[in-house]
Amino acid sequence: MKMDVSTKEIIVQDQPLKKSSPAFTTKALTKTYGEGAAAVHALRGVDLEIPSGEMVVLLGPSGSGKSTLLNIIGGLDRASEGTVFFQDQELSDMTDEQLTRYRRDHVGFVFQFYNLMPSLTAHENVELVTEIASDPMDPEEALGLVGLRDRADHFPSQLSGGEQQRVAIARAVAKQPTVLFCDEPTGALDSITGRTVLQVLKDINENLGATVLIVTHAAATADMADRVIHFADGAIREIVVNKTKLDPEDIKW
Amino acid sequence: MNSLNRKLLRDLWRIKGQAVAIGAVIAVGVLMLVMMTGLVTSLDETRRTYYERYRLADVFVPVNRAPEHRITDLAAIPGVSSAEGRVVGSALIDLPGRDLPLQAQAVSLPDFGTPRLNDIYLTDGRRLESGNANEILLLKSFAAANGLRPGDSLSVTMNGKRRSLRIVGLAQAPEFLYTTAPGELITDDAGFGVIWMSRTALAAAYDMEGAFNEALLSVGLDARLPAVLDAADRILESYGGLGAYGREDQTSNRFVSEEIDGLRASSTSVPPIFLAVAAFLLYIVISRLVESEREQIGLIKAFGYTDFEVGSHYFKLIIAIAAGGAAAGCLFGIAAGRAMIHLYLEYYKFPFLIFQLDPASFVTGFLVSVGAASAGGLLVLRRVFALTPASAMRPPAPPDYSRTGRFGQALNFVLDQPSRMVLRRLTRQPGRMIGAMIGIAAGMALSVAMIGIMAGFDQTVEQTFTVIDRSDVTVTFNEAVSNKAVFELQRIPGVIEVEPIRIVPVIFRHGLQSHRGAVNGLVPLPRLNRAVDSELATIHLRKGGIILAQALADILAIYPGELLTVEVREGRRPIISIPVAGVAETLLGSPAFIEMEVLNRALHEPNRISGAYLRIDSMMEGKIYRTLKDMPTVAGVSVKNNARAALQKQMDTGAGMMRFVMAAIAGVITFGIIYNAARIAYAERARDLASLRVIGFTKGEVAFVLLGELVVITIVALPVGSLIGYYLSFAIAAGFSSDLYQIPAIFSPESYGAAALAVIAATIISGWLVKHDMDRADLVSALKTRE
Ligand SMILES: Nc1ncnc2c1ncn2[C@@H]1O[C@H](COP(=O)(O)OP(=O)(O)OP(=O)(O)O)[C@@H](O)[C@H]1O
Ligand SMILES: [Mg+2]
Repeated sequence: MKMDVSTKEIIVQDQPLKKSSPAFTTKALTKTYGEGAAAVHALRGVDLEIPSGEMVVLLGPSGSGKSTLLNIIGGLDRASEGTVFFQDQELSDMTDEQLTRYRRDHVGFVFQFYNLMPSLTAHENVELVTEIASDPMDPEEALGLVGLRDRADHFPSQLSGGEQQRVAIARAVAKQPTVLFCDEPTGALDSITGRTVLQVLKDINENLGATVLIVTHAAATADMADRVIHFADGAIREIVVNKTKLDPEDIKW
Repeated sequence: MNSLNRKLLRDLWRIKGQAVAIGAVIAVGVLMLVMMTGLVTSLDETRRTYYERYRLADVFVPVNRAPEHRITDLAAIPGVSSAEGRVVGSALIDLPGRDLPLQAQAVSLPDFGTPRLNDIYLTDGRRLESGNANEILLLKSFAAANGLRPGDSLSVTMNGKRRSLRIVGLAQAPEFLYTTAPGELITDDAGFGVIWMSRTALAAAYDMEGAFNEALLSVGLDARLPAVLDAADRILESYGGLGAYGREDQTSNRFVSEEIDGLRASSTSVPPIFLAVAAFLLYIVISRLVESEREQIGLIKAFGYTDFEVGSHYFKLIIAIAAGGAAAGCLFGIAAGRAMIHLYLEYYKFPFLIFQLDPASFVTGFLVSVGAASAGGLLVLRRVFALTPASAMRPPAPPDYSRTGRFGQALNFVLDQPSRMVLRRLTRQPGRMIGAMIGIAAGMALSVAMIGIMAGFDQTVEQTFTVIDRSDVTVTFNEAVSNKAVFELQRIPGVIEVEPIRIVPVIFRHGLQSHRGAVNGLVPLPRLNRAVDSELATIHLRKGGIILAQALADILAIYPGELLTVEVREGRRPIISIPVAGVAETLLGSPAFIEMEVLNRALHEPNRISGAYLRIDSMMEGKIYRTLKDMPTVAGVSVKNNARAALQKQMDTGAGMMRFVMAAIAGVITFGIIYNAARIAYAERARDLASLRVIGFTKGEVAFVLLGELVVITIVALPVGSLIGYYLSFAIAAGFSSDLYQIPAIFSPESYGAAALAVIAATIISGWLVKHDMDRADLVSALKTRE
């Protein structure tokens, strides 16, 4: 991976940028699937601090544990060991009910697989989330952000893969979350729609002050982040803090 | 409407075919419960009202001849609210064109006004006019069966004198709901009549002027029946009282009660079995339905919906199906009950109908359906809720096929790829497969049991009329006659064999149990009508012992070796104490057998007989009947083939009719189970199967992968279902048995074969239906959406 050193500051893991209070703090986070000989160590001790309100990009090869990490700090999964804090609450200590509360009140999620409800239209898929959010935007508006206002009444089976993905993004941003997790949000999109989507994420980040965490394979996306985490083999390889961020428009696709 | 509810409606619509199939199974289970309990309550209520409106007596007191003024004494018994005397007598009706005389009972009606007790319900013509001694009313069903109408005249022999009487009207009465010739068990509308005549005219015919030979009493609610019976017996003792008895021992009421009780017994024992099978299916199907929603459950939870919210969403889906099915079952149950009750009314000859439902059956139906469905849903939801949303959303880990490794390799040589896929799925998801297998086995068991019951009914008829009773004709005498009559009968040309019998009415007592019935006095080595054991071998009567039908032994709670008290209600009315020598296998009625000698000795009436069984040459039938008709001592002649047909009819139209309805319902449930099994398997694998098609498998091969599984499950289910069915048939047979007839649980290869065929046919049809859908499925949309 080649980077333009002049715009980046390379720092060591345990010296976070004192920009604001952290949104997430993890300590010695591990996750092991299965046991014995068949055990898979998806996370092997992750220490991380994500400052609140930042746009963070997570890069890493397939199978390196990115989704696993996202799931754990998004309250969808539990770590095998270690601790996770969201602001000053310890997620790793929460009951299932508290985690539900956390997801409901704070988290927006775009899953790696689009995961729409097949029996609900695009509009209704968004509504499913806005109905239980405290301060949501109008589902129409959210769909408008991803350019799908006119497809609101279509069912997932009537949408292309990229369109489904955009509905999933609209659904995640519509609740105006405190933290937004996007697992490969642009994977199936062409450069133009991809940029639109990234613009939406940027707006959420800047206008709402939401902390945004994006997993991607498109290294160029990293240029619009405050902070880029390089992941490999279940651990953080390096963290890069961008001094200047590019606008999604200017990203090389 | 919020989006979850919208999802609910769309999901329901998407799975409508299956939802209907599931709903239908639970619906027929509930239908049966509602229908049967409704029938029983309706019959009970109709009978009660009929009795009440037409003032059926509570107590009947037969007596030889008591002066009319003793009625006031009877009315004065504490607890008795009204009393009336009447004259009854047996009569013979001679119909032109009939070789045999028909037996009838003549009953008096007051000369003026309506009777205080035991009123009649006039259906045609008019009531009797006083002063006309030749007018009669005739029992409606007898008239209908013999083509008689008001205006016709009838040749009747009463007290040995033949006279011609004119029918002025037809009537029914609560005391003659069920009519049989004395000593017969089987109702035969055409064979036994009731004649109502004015009191004066009938008294003249039977030498009962100023007297009665039957008193009727009604009692208040607080009366103690045994005390009333005792008091009545004491008052009429010196006039030849034959023993007062309550309504529960009145012949017609007893038969009707036993029929209704039989229906009640089958309504409490059989529908629960059906409902349990349906509920079990519901449980399995709902749990698999919810299981298939696992990823969506994970997703909804990921959005921050609470377990409660997700749970209630699925609970609504479950309720929609289960409660929908139960509601449909209730509605159809009411409709079916209404339709059936009309058949029963005709059978019981109720003049009107009170249709009543048992609300408890609705409640039970709903609770069982919703309970089973919720249990199925809850089980899965709990499991899914225990997972983190992340793992619930992950497509369920592909089942671990690695363990079939070596086994599989060995099979590679033998089986092609599709067969291996079938085999692996069967072995890797044993829980599901066992669930589906037990479901189909339950269907098989129901079919086995119901087909077996059909055979059981046939066996009852067969055994009664070919094994136990091998005679062709039964002759009944007016009263006990000398056994010289046997020779008289033997002399009739065409009579091959004669076997005398002495039947006397008795009350059996053992401990606290008692039963009003009759004892059959048999010759020492009976050949034509025998007591047989469970192997159908003749039980030999031993001197000084009595043999009881199993049903009677059960009623009296008595076992061989114990002493039984037999109070004879005839002649000098001896009380005999006699050990039970054995228990006989009888399927009809609940007779008792004793050696004729013993009976006659106790009665001090040597060499008396009350009837005889005849084996005759069928070529000479007509001539024999005419000869019998002319014998003055002969009260009645019953022809076995008629009796057999009458029993068949009784079982096909009475409580036994239900077996056809139940068999149909068993069929629906069995089919529903199998169809559902096929549908669920398809729903769960639609995506996999579409992928197979995409990578180049043919429709046939893909169908094989899916249906092969169904076929294997069905094949395993057949023996398991047979085994369950074997035990189930005992429960169902017991439910159908009543005091009137017993239905044996039969192990016949034919019923197992027929049930297996039915299950296989259901499998083929279900497979075909699912394959039809599969062939039409849109590959692209099956692959595109992840469900
Ligand atoms: N449920 C599971 N059971 C066993 N192993 C799992 C499970 N989920 C993930 N893994 C393994 O954990 C590791 C990390 O998985 P993860 O999904 O986090 O990777 P990723 O970085 O998101 O990869 P990709 O870029 O391909 O999405 C992988 O080796 C994966 O095989
Ligand atoms: Mg991933």
